[in-house]
Amino acid sequence: MNKKPQRDIKTIVNASLARRHAAERRFRWYGLIAISLGLVFVVLMFANIIGQGYSAFWQTYIELPIHFDSAVIDPEGRRDPHVLENSDYAALIRTSLRTQFPHVEGRRNLRDLYSLVSSNAPFRLRSQVLDNPEIIGTEQSIWMLASATVDTFVKGNIDRHIDESLRSIKDQEIAWVDQLQASGQLKQRFNTILFSKGDSREPEQAGIRGALMGSFYTLVVTFLLSFPIGVATAVYLEEFAPKNRWTDLIEVNINNLAAVPSIVFGLLGLAVFINFFGLPRSAPLVGGLVLSLMTLPVIIIAGRAALTSVPPSIREAALGMGASKLQMVGHHVLPLAIPGMLTGAIIGMARALGESAPLLMIGMVAFIADVPGSFTDPATVLPVQIYLWADLPERAFVERTSAAIMVLLAFMILMNGLAIILRKRFERRW
Amino acid sequence: MLFYLFVIVALLSLSSYYLGRKRAFAVAGSHIRNLHSLPSFYGSYTALWCGLPALIVFTVWAALQPSVIIELVVASLPPELQQLPPGRLNLVINDIKNLVSGNIVSSNPDATILAAADHYRHLQTTGNAALWMIVIALALAGITYGWRTISPQLRARNRVEQVVNVLLIASSTIAIFTTIGIVLSVLFESIRFFHKIPVSEFLFGLQWSPQTAIRTDQTGSSGAFGMVPLFTGTLLISGIAMLVAVPIGLMSALYLSEYAGPKFRATAKPALEVLAGIPTVVYGFFAALTVAPLIRDLGTAMGLHVASESALAAGLVMGIMIIPFVSSLSDDVINAVPQSMRDGSYALGATKSETIKRVLLPAALPGIVGSILLAVSRAIGETMIVVMAAGLSANLTANPLQAVTTVTVQIVTLLTGDQEFDSAKTLAAFALGLVLFIVTLILNIIALTVVRKYREQYE
Repeated sequence: MNKKPQRDIKTIVNASLARRHAAERRFRWYGLIAISLGLVFVVLMFANIIGQGYSAFWQTYIELPIHFDSAVIDPEGRRDPHVLENSDYAALIRTSLRTQFPHVEGRRNLRDLYSLVSSNAPFRLRSQVLDNPEIIGTEQSIWMLASATVDTFVKGNIDRHIDESLRSIKDQEIAWVDQLQASGQLKQRFNTILFSKGDSREPEQAGIRGALMGSFYTLVVTFLLSFPIGVATAVYLEEFAPKNRWTDLIEVNINNLAAVPSIVFGLLGLAVFINFFGLPRSAPLVGGLVLSLMTLPVIIIAGRAALTSVPPSIREAALGMGASKLQMVGHHVLPLAIPGMLTGAIIGMARALGESAPLLMIGMVAFIADVPGSFTDPATVLPVQIYLWADLPERAFVERTSAAIMVLLAFMILMNGLAIILRKRFERRW
Repeated sequence: MLFYLFVIVALLSLSSYYLGRKRAFAVAGSHIRNLHSLPSFYGSYTALWCGLPALIVFTVWAALQPSVIIELVVASLPPELQQLPPGRLNLVINDIKNLVSGNIVSSNPDATILAAADHYRHLQTTGNAALWMIVIALALAGITYGWRTISPQLRARNRVEQVVNVLLIASSTIAIFTTIGIVLSVLFESIRFFHKIPVSEFLFGLQWSPQTAIRTDQTGSSGAFGMVPLFTGTLLISGIAMLVAVPIGLMSALYLSEYAGPKFRATAKPALEVLAGIPTVVYGFFAALTVAPLIRDLGTAMGLHVASESALAAGLVMGIMIIPFVSSLSDDVINAVPQSMRDGSYALGATKSETIKRVLLPAALPGIVGSILLAVSRAIGETMIVVMAAGLSANLTANPLQAVTTVTVQIVTLLTGDQEFDSAKTLAAFALGLVLFIVTLILNIIALTVVRKYREQYE
């Protein structure tokens, strides 16, 4: 009597096994697909940015024979620096271009011809002459910065086969560039301008030096403020604080601050630091203040984790030898916990380096061409520079934005790598 | 300049440490054990006396000096200038400041402004000189006092530890002050905003066009400040983001914790977490320049009309940004489920996926919900992706192919333009900030309570 239903269950189970195992395999596949989607996205984004940006590290230069005609730049022949400073160096370039392409006529065509070279080129000539007035009267062949349009075309980012009206470079300009290229007067060099200059409206003259320095000053302020305060808070909460309402309140606050949207910190900075305390707008000092308030929770939480990983036996031994509580913390617990705290701080700094939303609120989005030289100079930071350039329509700026992103990501990888090395090097299992 | 003063005080303080230590040895005479504390504590005692009062005065003075000088300069202005409305007065003050720092001035400065600038410069020089003298005098007085009070009976250790304790407590309260600062700064400006625009209109209005009239006789520029379209836009984009992030994040977490071998886990987990480390501005750039055109072209190919700043693009990319957030949080929760529950299910003959679906997920559900709520609050507060990839027009729509705008986008656009500080337009940004703060705070509190309660269940 009992055997029959049992066999039934067995057959039912056996019959369902294929379906159940198929479901199992499907589920497993969903998991794998989910992970690979995430990973594919990482790869896609990096490939996309690197593909768009790597060419920004090279820059096209045009070699032109320049006759430093003393009748143009130094008519009185006195080599007076004041005269030399105000001479018309663009005229030298124009003459050189006209001798190079003698068939170009008409004002509009000539203007196109002159625009092959960057508007920055006359300044280069001027500084060359000021450095070495001997070259006046001689003819030198000089590599000059090409304009962004030429640069973009040479890098293959403008299709020469589409209709002339659809591209930013005209047919005759393409012919000139081809001619220059054929005679070896066109060359790509490493783009030093990108790393040595501040922002500019002309893509070929724009660099990230200003933003890098701004980021540097901002991070210095952030670190100097948030690390000591963060460590002190972590030490107090972990080692000294009595368990009462007050410390509970502090803990709740820290946890909440860690989750407040970053833009709200920007509003705080605008209302308190700029409008109430009257600190200067766009300054790395204010940016650093805002970012340190944002980084504090990260450092505190990492610091507390580092402190709890120090075993109590060390504390007890120190106290047993007659150390005061502060001596116990200062001489024994803190030195053991500091690598972990530094790791947390570096990760917090990396996050602060990539943060841009709160800095938009305190005016660090202004167009600033000068490289900042102090904590109160108007400045911008690298992510904000990326944001500003991303808005500009020129293809040359897209390329530079991607390059700036690559630099930013390189710094992030460097900082996170440092944190990992630090952790590996000093991690101790008790 | 002030930085050098800071360095000088720090150096003075450092050298007074050695002075104090030396003094301690001297007063102890031949028997060092006569000292109450270790000599280094006497050093720290002197260093604190030197540095602390000087630094406190330095900070307070440096923070207050600019506003005090402006008050004094305004007080010295002729009465007809003082009678100006605050906005105009601010322009005058700006002119004066620009004159002082040698910048370009808006209009030709007249004699009174020039005089005021001179006055400003004069006050600034006097103030800075006084600051230098007072701070250095205080530091030196501190050293002298510390030096004179050192005696073998001085309980230097206790004094130093008291001060350090106070410093520790002070730094731990900064978190509270930050919260108070956020609430107050946002609240005050919001209250001023609600004097101009009623709360009900702000919360329930269906129109958002923050174009207030600059002149009273302007036409067609009465601002509408109803935040409903902004909020639906935010919810639409966050919703799309969660549709991407929750399945992918949750499945990744399940696979990594239940199926993957230790080797795969050790490489895939950090690789996924790279997504969390990429700055949001990079996502924004990617969304605006690659994803959005792609979606638009795809839509056009399928015969759909897709806005070039569609909510879909911003939402998709934001979802990808949140994946590691969801996955690492739910990973914690899944690992917290006791192994005995899994073993029980396997013993009954369940397959792995059945165990996950019937045992693990129900047991971990509260924690997963908590982590999803945290992710939602993160999505709502996210700024750069939407600023770069979402639109500015406040459409009240649920169509993901249209352009919508979000709360954060509006805060950024309202505050980065040229605006006087008192207009309803600028104040509206703070009101939006208040709403954002409250919403994320509530979400966080709910999420944290849920997660904590759940965690305690299995401990």
